[in-house]
Amino acid sequence: MHGRAYAEPMSLTSGLETGLDVTRVTASDAALRTFLHGLPGVDQVGAEARAASLATRSVKTTAKAWALDMAVRMVDLTTLEGQDTPGKVRALCSKAIRPDPTDPSCPSTAAVCVYGDLVPVAKEALAGSTVKVAAVATAFPSGRATMPVRLADTRAAVEAGADEIDMVIDRGAFLAGRYLEVHDEVVEVKQACGSAHLKVILETGELATYDSVRRASWLAMLAGADFVKTSTGKVQPAATLPVTLVMLEAVRDWLAVTGRHVGVKPAGGIRTSKDALRYLVTVKEVAGDAWLDPGLFRFGASTLLNDLLMQRMRQSTGRYPGPDYVTVD
Amino acid sequence: MPSPFEYAPAPESRAVVDVRSSYGLFVDGEFTDPVAGGSFKSISPATEEVLAEVAEASEADVDLAVRAARRAFQRTWSRTSGRERGKYLFRIARLLQERSRELAVLESLDNGKPIRESRDVDVPLAAAHFFYYAGWADKLEYAGFGPDPRPLGVAGQVIPWNFPLLMLAWKIAPALATGNTVVLKPAETTPLTALLFAEICQQADLPPGVVNILTGAGETGRALVAHPGVDKVAFTGTTEVGRQIARAVAGTDKRVTLELGGKAANIVFDDAPVDQAVEGIVNGIFFNQGHVCCAGSRLLVQESVAEDVLDRLKRRMSTLRVGDPLDKNTDVGAINSAEQLARIRALSEVGEAEGAGRWSPPCELPSNGFWFPPTVFTGVSQAHRIAREEIFGPVLSVLTFRTPAEAVEKANNTPYGLSAGVWTDKGSRILWAAARLRAGVVWANTFNKFDPTSPFGGYKESGYGREGGRHGLEGYLR
Repeated sequence: MHGRAYAEPMSLTSGLETGLDVTRVTASDAALRTFLHGLPGVDQVGAEARAASLATRSVKTTAKAWALDMAVRMVDLTTLEGQDTPGKVRALCSKAIRPDPTDPSCPSTAAVCVYGDLVPVAKEALAGSTVKVAAVATAFPSGRATMPVRLADTRAAVEAGADEIDMVIDRGAFLAGRYLEVHDEVVEVKQACGSAHLKVILETGELATYDSVRRASWLAMLAGADFVKTSTGKVQPAATLPVTLVMLEAVRDWLAVTGRHVGVKPAGGIRTSKDALRYLVTVKEVAGDAWLDPGLFRFGASTLLNDLLMQRMRQSTGRYPGPDYVTVD
Repeated sequence: MPSPFEYAPAPESRAVVDVRSSYGLFVDGEFTDPVAGGSFKSISPATEEVLAEVAEASEADVDLAVRAARRAFQRTWSRTSGRERGKYLFRIARLLQERSRELAVLESLDNGKPIRESRDVDVPLAAAHFFYYAGWADKLEYAGFGPDPRPLGVAGQVIPWNFPLLMLAWKIAPALATGNTVVLKPAETTPLTALLFAEICQQADLPPGVVNILTGAGETGRALVAHPGVDKVAFTGTTEVGRQIARAVAGTDKRVTLELGGKAANIVFDDAPVDQAVEGIVNGIFFNQGHVCCAGSRLLVQESVAEDVLDRLKRRMSTLRVGDPLDKNTDVGAINSAEQLARIRALSEVGEAEGAGRWSPPCELPSNGFWFPPTVFTGVSQAHRIAREEIFGPVLSVLTFRTPAEAVEKANNTPYGLSAGVWTDKGSRILWAAARLRAGVVWANTFNKFDPTSPFGGYKESGYGREGGRHGLEGYLR
């Protein structure tokens, strides 16, 4: 079963028919602020209680087997280190194509996520596979560079063959209340992406409140994001279940007013299969079945994949194999 | 279309608990056969399977139990120091924790509530009540009820079927902490966890007669309340039975606390955190199948956001999982009895006949047992019976309001006054509303939250006296 590779192409005019006039909402800083601050608030205690309650769901046997495979298919296998080399990236690519060399039924991951300069290496290593190349861009992870630099960063990655761009927003501008500036930057990056899909990293650990997470999610969607993503992985806290819950509510509500699906990608800190299953439960019960698809939900992770593989082996053999039976790349 | 991600059955094992085929009465520290020999069956409301045969206490048994409690009060318990009483209560609290899985499974079997709730709410809260009141036992002179507060004597306690173990804890923990002895009658349909609690009293070496448990139906309760040897009556249940009890004890020197029905308003203002409000609405009315005296059974939603809130509520209700109480993924379990199911059905039919719009998410109900789908009535007005009478089931009545003053006026326009909920992002509005709502508990941006440190009780026909917290000691002291 392979669902959509990506969300359907966006159409900003579709919102007009259902009541959200994107052009008007983003016409001025004042209009955008009014809109974002008019979104319903998020009660922190309530949101965290809901996430904790979803985390008590018990996923067993057939449901677990399905969810483990789906989680593998949703992984953006990531390496974002100063010490990344072509050799490291090639190793990661072969892992992404064939995560479990002993089991041909094991699906590939969704993508490999690297810095822009390593896109050509990844592109070559992944040629002929279904695995996409995702590149972080726009002066990842801080985003602290001038716009021409950030756009050039994006274009270079796209020209090198990146299928997906993971950009960071200017959190400083967002926290200072310069929403339109953040919006326009996302719009420009989206244009620079061309046909590449755009994931907008909110860096929720720096936005701090769920109200800001909800507003930033809407801001990114208004600007044309294909995905909203929690974190760079370089800031603590990175992805949490309640933050992801709030973002899933945002994409669900966005669909209701615009008819367009936007994806969600929690990244950083998701290390165990148990965690991954909790996220999938939350996806199912908050956003709905449509998001149970690598085209609309991803995990930004590196160590998670091996834990998923060990759990897969345990499902099929009844034994937990231990870390020496999965590859370390 | 079936979801690609259907949760596989995840039942909690029944093997963790030994259900005996028959139970006697717990009098003077021993399980005894009833004098007249009567018995009744306790069934699982989810399957109608008979779980056990339980002794039915007659007037003669009530007399024996009250005498045992009196003896225990005079000879041991009233002479036991607060510090020693506290030790027993701490021990009981720890045993409740140690045997929590057993208690949770038994509670879900006998009552029909989801294991998620008995495991995460009922049993931990019951233990918390014993821990909390254990701490008070040697500090009563500092509780604000005079320099030398004394126990009343024998407490006759009658509890309902909706939270069998938790209501037992609410009753027994403060009574024992203050030095009283107890004769408790659990509800006819849910006696089993009380009988397991009797075993825990034995295990804790509680002196014989300090806690006595008599199973039976209404007649047993009536006999207990009317017994002249009872110094204090504590009752949780319907307003109708509460009235009978008040009549029965009128003119005697018995002290009484009553915790009765409710028809709580859950008020959602237009600036509410809407997703969390929807969770609170769901938790307010579908928690424990709506078998909650403080359930948020009337949703008062500001007209300007009513449509949005209702859309979200219906979508959320569609994800509720109704079914096997022992499945760890069940959100809504079985209705406790055929009698209660009939009442819920009857009132729902009245709601429809009176012109309210009835809606339930599509859900398959098991063929055996007692089941009712989560239901919402829209277009309800104050004049409808479903806006006035306690349904005590998973049925929500939705009303709208235009201004905060109207919300409070409608919320208070009921003979009950047990609880209320307020949903708004505005702190000042919470305080404004809480000061005007005639309800014993007002929850702000949450609902159905219980804590042993917090007093609980009603205004008006929802009863009198408070349980929980420092206030909960008062009803057991002179």
